[in-house]
Amino acid sequence: MKKLAQLLESKQVSSEEVAQKYLNRIKEKDSEINAFITVDEDGVLQQARAADQRRAQGSPLSKWDGIPIAIKDNISTQGLLTSCASKFLSNYKPVFDATVVSKLKQAGLPIIGKTNLDEFAMGSSTEYSTYGATCNPHDIERVSGGSSGGSAAAVAAEMIPWALGTDTGGSIRQPASFCGVVGLKPTYGRVSRFGVVALAPSLDHVGPLAKSVEDVAILFSLLAGSDPGDSTSAQIGPFAVPSWDGSVVKGLKIGVPEEFFSTGLNSEVEQAVRNSLKMLEEQGATLIPISLASNAYAIDTYLTIVTAEASSSLARFDGIRYGERVDAEDTNTMYAKSRAAGFGTEVKRRIMLGTYVLSASQYEAYYEQAQKVRTIIKQEVSEALKQVDVIITPTTPTPAFKIGEKRDPLELYLSDLYTAIANLSGVPALSLPCGTTSAGLPMGVQVMGDYFSEELILQVGSLIEQGVGGGVSGD
Amino acid sequence: MVTKYDTVIGLEIHVALQTESKFICGCSTEFGAPPNSHCCPICLGLPGALPVLNEKAVEYAIKTGMALNCEINRFSKFDRKNYFYPDMPTAYQITQDAFPICSKGYLEYYYEDKLIKTSLNRIHLECEAGKLIHSGDSIIDSDFSLVDYNRAGIALIEIVTEPDMSAPKQARTFLEQLRLLLNYIGVSDTKMEEGSLRCDANISLKPRGSTVLGPKVELKNLNSFRSLERGLEYEEQRQTEVLEQGGEIRQETRTWNERTGKTASMRSKGDAPDYRFFPEPDLPPLNIDESRVEAISLSIPELPLERLHRLESEYGLSRYESTFLTNYPEFGGLFFELIGKKLQSGAVVNFLMGDYARLAREKGHLTASRIGELLEILKEGLINNNQGKDVLEELYKSEQSPREIVKEKGWEMVSDASELEGVIARILSENPELVSRYENGEDKLFGFFVGQVMRATRGKGDPEVVNSLLRKELGQ
Repeated sequence: MKKLAQLLESKQVSSEEVAQKYLNRIKEKDSEINAFITVDEDGVLQQARAADQRRAQGSPLSKWDGIPIAIKDNISTQGLLTSCASKFLSNYKPVFDATVVSKLKQAGLPIIGKTNLDEFAMGSSTEYSTYGATCNPHDIERVSGGSSGGSAAAVAAEMIPWALGTDTGGSIRQPASFCGVVGLKPTYGRVSRFGVVALAPSLDHVGPLAKSVEDVAILFSLLAGSDPGDSTSAQIGPFAVPSWDGSVVKGLKIGVPEEFFSTGLNSEVEQAVRNSLKMLEEQGATLIPISLASNAYAIDTYLTIVTAEASSSLARFDGIRYGERVDAEDTNTMYAKSRAAGFGTEVKRRIMLGTYVLSASQYEAYYEQAQKVRTIIKQEVSEALKQVDVIITPTTPTPAFKIGEKRDPLELYLSDLYTAIANLSGVPALSLPCGTTSAGLPMGVQVMGDYFSEELILQVGSLIEQGVGGGVSGD
Repeated sequence: MVTKYDTVIGLEIHVALQTESKFICGCSTEFGAPPNSHCCPICLGLPGALPVLNEKAVEYAIKTGMALNCEINRFSKFDRKNYFYPDMPTAYQITQDAFPICSKGYLEYYYEDKLIKTSLNRIHLECEAGKLIHSGDSIIDSDFSLVDYNRAGIALIEIVTEPDMSAPKQARTFLEQLRLLLNYIGVSDTKMEEGSLRCDANISLKPRGSTVLGPKVELKNLNSFRSLERGLEYEEQRQTEVLEQGGEIRQETRTWNERTGKTASMRSKGDAPDYRFFPEPDLPPLNIDESRVEAISLSIPELPLERLHRLESEYGLSRYESTFLTNYPEFGGLFFELIGKKLQSGAVVNFLMGDYARLAREKGHLTASRIGELLEILKEGLINNNQGKDVLEELYKSEQSPREIVKEKGWEMVSDASELEGVIARILSENPELVSRYENGEDKLFGFFVGQVMRATRGKGDPEVVNSLLRKELGQ
């Protein structure tokens, strides 16, 4: 991205040309991939021309002024369809921008469009979208992962240099892993959630996806910062993109939780992650076997909390003031018919589960129990991160699976087996490519660190990236 | 009322806090603005919008808790109360279920001349809903309903008492005294007619002397102090009759109908909604530190009961007078201002509770300086009490000061003996027959002569001088 920024600065290319190049690429590729729900051709060209004008006047809004970006379609963009890939919101244009969108606009980034996702971010394959599945650019018969599948696939297919995603249980990292790009789930509270359509507010995160660790770091630096509009936002200063001198590896203590290398883990993925670990060890890091035994309960805990919060977050959709409405003879039937027609299967399933686990008779057995286990998981992660600097695991147990392959929702939920722990505990986690399978599918490695240690995990990610020969900036 | 049963009453009072902006966003709380003119993505519950707490509301809740002798919880948090209703844009209410901001506490007040305490269970913060306007009588029999979200997102506190009251009239007195206290501390305008003070009541009966509470009935739609008392009286009577006929009271929610004077069942215990409470993930817990509590305690003014006792002890006023000045804080305020002008407390309170009280209620209050001057010229003897009443009426008609009015109208009292002597001589000479009757022992005619003199002076004669001169002339 630095190269692209230099080209823009030296006026060897214009923002308009850059935007047009990506628009052409989208036209060429997206009928196959289906990464975008909305492509705002006029909007992005207009914003790009404004960026060119600013550069001509010598007053760019930032170094990255004029580099276009794609936004996941559950993040509010003023006047631009924000459907959450739901039929219910297929006519919803927000009257305000999410804080992250305002920040990108303030940095001069033209918005090229909105990317596909699982409906309301509920899913791990971007198959549960009313706009159809997003295919994996490495093998269009396979899923892109999810729920930020549209953003990951758009970056992987070079339809956009970078994109925003959201991550509630792995929704940035898992598709990043499947599509062979880099994705960061920041520390809870480091990036504002204001304007992000809620799935589960205590687990929802916003973060960057790009082709390289450095590009992810740059985009993260534009997003991070406390927001008075988000009461769960952390009071911590801005993030500065570090220099990548590789010095962190000396004496670096890497925790390797054996539970993440056991049953169900694809052997090629295991090998790739172990290769990355070995490479870091050779450069001076120490590998320390650790245990995160509570991860065995992470998926159950995650599902209980996510469904509970989602059932509450989604109760407001009634088709009255916005969204699709199915008319009926009386009000209650109108609400019921609108919700029945507007929500997809997975959303209904989670609303029902969540309503059940919060009901007075079940609360103690499910929701309260899940909160207790969440506390234990948090403590275990914190304890582990006192002994080690980072924890490295595979991002997902397998590479991308085939579209339509996983029919059982429980099987699909296991895609988040290694990622949900970072959402439950709130620590930052990065996924980046660590090789490809013999079939040519990307595989991902996950680097987790202590709260607000984004710089460290990005540094470690950069070392892995150099080791496996990745790090192609999306220029 | 038959005395076989004890009545047990508890109240749940919702108070809209008088903050400038709403509880969860920056929108204005102004009452009566055009519908949906004070709204934003947050109070409209638009997807992705997040609440931000109004610290002033937190301060007011703490202030109320301190004025009501509560424990201020250093840790409290917010929960979601999930229910779907068209006036609730998020389909959940932000409230405090498990950990309220204030616990326990009590209000002390006079009821039937005795000083009593009503214990409180808790005070918690919550978020107001919008307002539904139905085309018909209710949501069920309307062709359409409109929603005004101006009210949505305003800060409320809910004050929950213990089942600690034993009579409908007591419940009313409690609510009146609670309202007075809330006015004193300035946290709410407590207008029942505008809905900024609302009260639900729980009432149950138990056999006299028993410690086991009976099944409670929750009464709703009590929109005034009067309907609170009447609704409870009706319910007390109804439950007594049911029990006396060998029936059982069902635990249920009933609604008071002001027009019919009856309560009707709304829903039974089994139909009670499951609110699926859980911690509000969008708001962090509230941690209140000691210094904040201390700072807030300094902002609490004199409370009604303290003022009542001070009026009695420092100014020697009667319970009746003190209660008047306490319950009508504007009169109380004038009292203290006038006392500051070196006027006698007795004269001041008599004035305030006399003709002035009637005029002030009809036409509003006069400034303390104008009242003070009127009381001064009465004390100086510039005018007599009759003239005083005329001046008071005149103060409501003109901008002039009392002295200016007296001067312009020529109402100064005539106490000049030579002037009055002439008048008296004339009157006595005009009525020789009455003079001789008086001299023959008809004492009551003295009053007649006084009256004639006052008439001749158009009421301005100094009564004392007139009396003594007359006595002299009539040879006493």
